[in-house]
Amino acid sequence: MGLRLPTMLKDAGLTALVAAALGIFIVGFHTVDVGSRTGLSFDYQFGDLGVALVVIFFGRLGLSLAAEGLRWPAIALGAAMIAVGASPLRLPSSFLHWFVVLGGVLLVIRAAWPSATHAISSFAKTPTGRVVDHLGNQWAGWLLLTLAVVLPFTPMADQKTMDLGVLILTYVMLGWGLNIVVGLAGLLDLGYVAFYAVGAYSYALLSTQHGLGFWAVLPLAGMMAASFGVLLGFPVLRLRGDYLAIVTLGFGEIIRLVILNWVDLTSGPAGIGSIPGPTLFGAVFAETAPTGKQTVAEMLGIPFNSNHRLIYLYYIILVLALITNLFTQRMRRLPVGRAWEALREDETACKALGINPTNTKLTAFAIGAMFAGFAGSFFAAKQRFISPESFTFIESAIILAIVVLGGMGSQVGVVLAAVLLIGLPEWFRELGNYRMLAFGLAMVMIMVFRPRGLIAHREPSIRLHPVKARGSG
Amino acid sequence: MAYFSQQLINAITLGAIYGLIAIGYTMVYGIIGMINFAHGEVFMIGAFISLIGFMICSLLGIGSAPVAIVLVLLLAMAFTTVYGWAVERTAYRPLRGSFRLAPLISAIGVSIALQNYVQLVQGARPKPGGQVVSGGFTVFSADGFDVRVSWLQIIIVVVTVVLMAGFTWLIASTSLGRQQRACEQDMKMAALLGVDVDRTISLTFVVGAALAAVAGMLFLMYYGIIDFFIGFLAGIKAFTAAVLGGIGSLPGAMLGGLLIGLIEVFWAAYFSSEYKDVAAFSILVLVLIFRPTGLLGKPEIEKV
Repeated sequence: MGLRLPTMLKDAGLTALVAAALGIFIVGFHTVDVGSRTGLSFDYQFGDLGVALVVIFFGRLGLSLAAEGLRWPAIALGAAMIAVGASPLRLPSSFLHWFVVLGGVLLVIRAAWPSATHAISSFAKTPTGRVVDHLGNQWAGWLLLTLAVVLPFTPMADQKTMDLGVLILTYVMLGWGLNIVVGLAGLLDLGYVAFYAVGAYSYALLSTQHGLGFWAVLPLAGMMAASFGVLLGFPVLRLRGDYLAIVTLGFGEIIRLVILNWVDLTSGPAGIGSIPGPTLFGAVFAETAPTGKQTVAEMLGIPFNSNHRLIYLYYIILVLALITNLFTQRMRRLPVGRAWEALREDETACKALGINPTNTKLTAFAIGAMFAGFAGSFFAAKQRFISPESFTFIESAIILAIVVLGGMGSQVGVVLAAVLLIGLPEWFRELGNYRMLAFGLAMVMIMVFRPRGLIAHREPSIRLHPVKARGSG
Repeated sequence: MAYFSQQLINAITLGAIYGLIAIGYTMVYGIIGMINFAHGEVFMIGAFISLIGFMICSLLGIGSAPVAIVLVLLLAMAFTTVYGWAVERTAYRPLRGSFRLAPLISAIGVSIALQNYVQLVQGARPKPGGQVVSGGFTVFSADGFDVRVSWLQIIIVVVTVVLMAGFTWLIASTSLGRQQRACEQDMKMAALLGVDVDRTISLTFVVGAALAAVAGMLFLMYYGIIDFFIGFLAGIKAFTAAVLGGIGSLPGAMLGGLLIGLIEVFWAAYFSSEYKDVAAFSILVLVLIFRPTGLLGKPEIEKV
């Protein structure tokens, strides 16, 4: 393969050149404020840029080596990069150490990838592998569920874990809700967070101004969000594809801007505070109960623990999420659910068969919105403070990303994607701003390497000719 | 009347900037049918490169404004196009032929990554700069109200008109334009007839990024302050403009940009500035209800 080396070097050099063009101004000239006068000055970062370019050169070289099947040289190069990054050598900034190490790790993974996938696929062909595969397909969901149910009783259930669990489950629920709209009915909704906001503000306003409790408002919030879904859906659902997407995006922004500016109702950017949390048979989760009520600790005769509230919230959202999932599973078997899926596949054929596309889409839209409304009022009850900042477009984008990255229409995929996209970044909160950068790059990389999502395989809800024997197709 | 004329002048200036960004969206949509969410971020990077360019010019002692503007314009266009090209090459090209939502999610990822990248390397604080042109003249006075046009507004409108004319010529009568239109109609057939589809799509992104860079520079000069987040709102508005005009149609993008500028400025001037974005989006919804493919869009032909 000696002949290929000059080509690879040239390729790596070109990559570094492009990176140099990308970085020279944005990275090389760091602008800093000087004093109070409106002026900026430069803080040159060419040292950092130079090191980064060298890393990019060798990284690209390693990738070409791996692509040529030269596994060991690529792994050696990756290991060398990890060693340089971890060494006490003083690079211009600590970020560069991370950059070098991460580049090396990715390179090693890339080089080892073909043999790893080969090993996995050959294992799946052995009898034991087949059993594991079968069990995995059938029981993965139940396994996850058991894990979720027993989590609060395990020793690792400290406050941080439970907080994270509640957050992940909220996104799982939102993902399952949006899955009805995007995965089943095939409508691209970029403004899903609007319904989430409607649910959250419904609960916040009804509870703080009219004294209604969480359980009374929950169905109301769902209905409220669903009627907003109908309100939006009715005029626009005859639009196709991307026109619908931009209208939903616009609708999401309209709701956010109205919440932001209708100060009399929503107190605008200041948000709504001191929202009561959910109660358990009228008992509140607090150390001391307000007059006329009792605390859960008193009712059950157990010592007060601030974790109880979190565990309670955790089970509420778990049940809500499971209801969403179960509902979706049952809907798929009903005529309307079949009509959604048919509509996703071919609208013209559906019209020819007498399905009313607008009404069918409207039901999907309203039901998806309803679940977002439930999740929203849960969110308000959990946070006890909401402001328009929680309902920006980026939230819609993250929920959509969870659905698509999970593999559209796959329920377990949504869980995996939510854990990956929400859990990991929260866990690495110390990384600060690098977190969102990594989040964006991870989205791109998952899409590039698994464009059909993490769980790409999906059983059709119904087959024309039932498959007789397993494993034949 | 005087107040109205003043607002009209402001609206046309704003609309010109939106129109320039909208072309990038509409071209990419026309050719590969994807919403390039990262385009707003490319515009933001163009604005940042312009800011740095203006600072370098003043460091080098280039005092004359026209020279500085031309230099920075070329610099920003040259280096922003690299971003457009690199984004297409790394995040979209591997997904070509994949299902419809894959490039969209990838684009949202690129958008988040670029925003945070700029925030990390340049800081989150708003950056002032780029105000090299000042002054203007009074067109007429009525009812004790002076209608003023600043030199900058004239520059913005002139640059936009020149670029759009050049761009229309590029699409209508160069070989690149022919190839682009061919790919837009039928990518497979174009490839069979010897059009290098990958190269054409790359060039589409490059041209779009160049226009976004110009818009970024004009935005910087007009407002005098930028931060890493400007790409989001400008991108959404420009995309709304592209849809309003009929996505895939170039005159539509220009018209849409102008309309969004008009709606925004007049709503802010006569009603309330808080709800100007709500007005823009509401009018988009209204237009789409009555003309589902936008103002100048061609109706889609459904084939079974």
